Amino acid sequence: MNTTRRGFLAAAGAAAGQDMAHADDHKHDHQVVPSDPTLRVKALESLLVEKGLVDRAALDALIDTYEHKVGPRNGARVVARAWTDPAFKERLLANGTAAIAELGYLGEQGADIRVVENTPKIHNVIVCTLCSCYPWPLLGLPPVWYKSAPYRSRTVIDPRGVLREFGTPLADEVEVRVWDSTAEERYFVLPERPEGTEKMTEDALAALVTRDAMIGVAKVARPQAGPGA
Amino acid sequence: MNGIHDMGGMHGLGAIQVEKNEPVFHARWEGRVIAMRRVVAAGGKVTLGLREAIESIPAADYLRMSYYERWFTALIEQLVASGLVTRGEVERGKPAKGSVKATPALTAADAATLSFRVAGTMLKVEIAPRFQAGQHVRARNINPAGHTRLPRYARGRAGVIEQDRGVQAFPDTHLAGPVEKAQHVYAVRFTARELWGEAASPRDAVYLDLWEAYLEPA
Repeated sequence: MNTTRRGFLAAAGAAAGQDMAHADDHKHDHQVVPSDPTLRVKALESLLVEKGLVDRAALDALIDTYEHKVGPRNGARVVARAWTDPAFKERLLANGTAAIAELGYLGEQGADIRVVENTPKIHNVIVCTLCSCYPWPLLGLPPVWYKSAPYRSRTVIDPRGVLREFGTPLADEVEVRVWDSTAEERYFVLPERPEGTEKMTEDALAALVTRDAMIGVAKVARPQAGPGA
Repeated sequence: MNGIHDMGGMHGLGAIQVEKNEPVFHARWEGRVIAMRRVVAAGGKVTLGLREAIESIPAADYLRMSYYERWFTALIEQLVASGLVTRGEVERGKPAKGSVKATPALTAADAATLSFRVAGTMLKVEIAPRFQAGQHVRARNINPAGHTRLPRYARGRAGVIEQDRGVQAFPDTHLAGPVEKAQHVYAVRFTARELWGEAASPRDAVYLDLWEAYLEPA
């Protein structure tokens, strides 16, 4: 695969009008990392369009979904509903997939969802050690750190240390549950509702909920004193 | 495979670096790659799995590449392995002379709704489960050369079935002996001490979703 990829790198550069002298770099075994991905991705896209395998407008539509239609505000809506509607919360914890379907947030990389609840005694945190599994419809595409080697390697062996780095130290008597997403279901953390939010509306609560709290590396902070708090 | 991707429990991979207000994509090409991968998959002609292709990247390259660089590399491998493009075409950036032009499998209108058209991942197949919640099991000590979802850190370790997660398609590409492709998957609880020894917290646990073929009674 090395050889072929190097061949590709060199030729894609040429196809995009690159100076071929640059391709000499790729003769070294250690130099296979793309240095000009913009041009090489463009070259592949042109090829796939010319071969009738890809419609550029379909790419635009998918990117629009990833950038604008999925994301943590969907997950925050689920959390706020669970905090304000005990029957919904019960359904959510019993069958996350069915309850989330009520809100219309099921989708790719989030067709089967299990919701795990953080309490004063149990803290859940999500990881995918093998790759990058993550509930896309609820949280969007995962951040770089979630997909990174340090997070993937450390969270299963040292969850408390990882949580401390995220500003979430836990007492010894709290049980930490790490969920390594190895199969098809995607995990989602229902964070604890902070104190001082008893009178807040569902909308105001949703605005408090962060992506990191729904991954389980953070808690939802108490609202600042002020209107609505 | 026992690849670098299977990194749960490793030390020495650096500090976690969090970027504040991170954009969805850091460069335009990243979005083009993930979208191209999705469109190509929608054509239904891809014979090499994305994850298997990613895991086949040599370890040193895997660690050096960014996430979407790995996806881009894997996408090319998928396209070539599936016969959708040739390496020559990729190298030239042009279709071969006389190559047949396909019709894109996904229109813009389809693509706009694709992410929310839900296909559940559970298989509606009636199969009797081999294990029940509360049962003690052990993850098998297997070292398949192909794609597997049984991480190394759990192999040989004892755990307890927490929940039956239903029937899912078995993802491994190489496993000795006949294996049913549709199997029950179980959430299995492993105590932190079982996985990491006495220095781990006595309270903590790691849960993995494991296919029946990965498990044996303990």
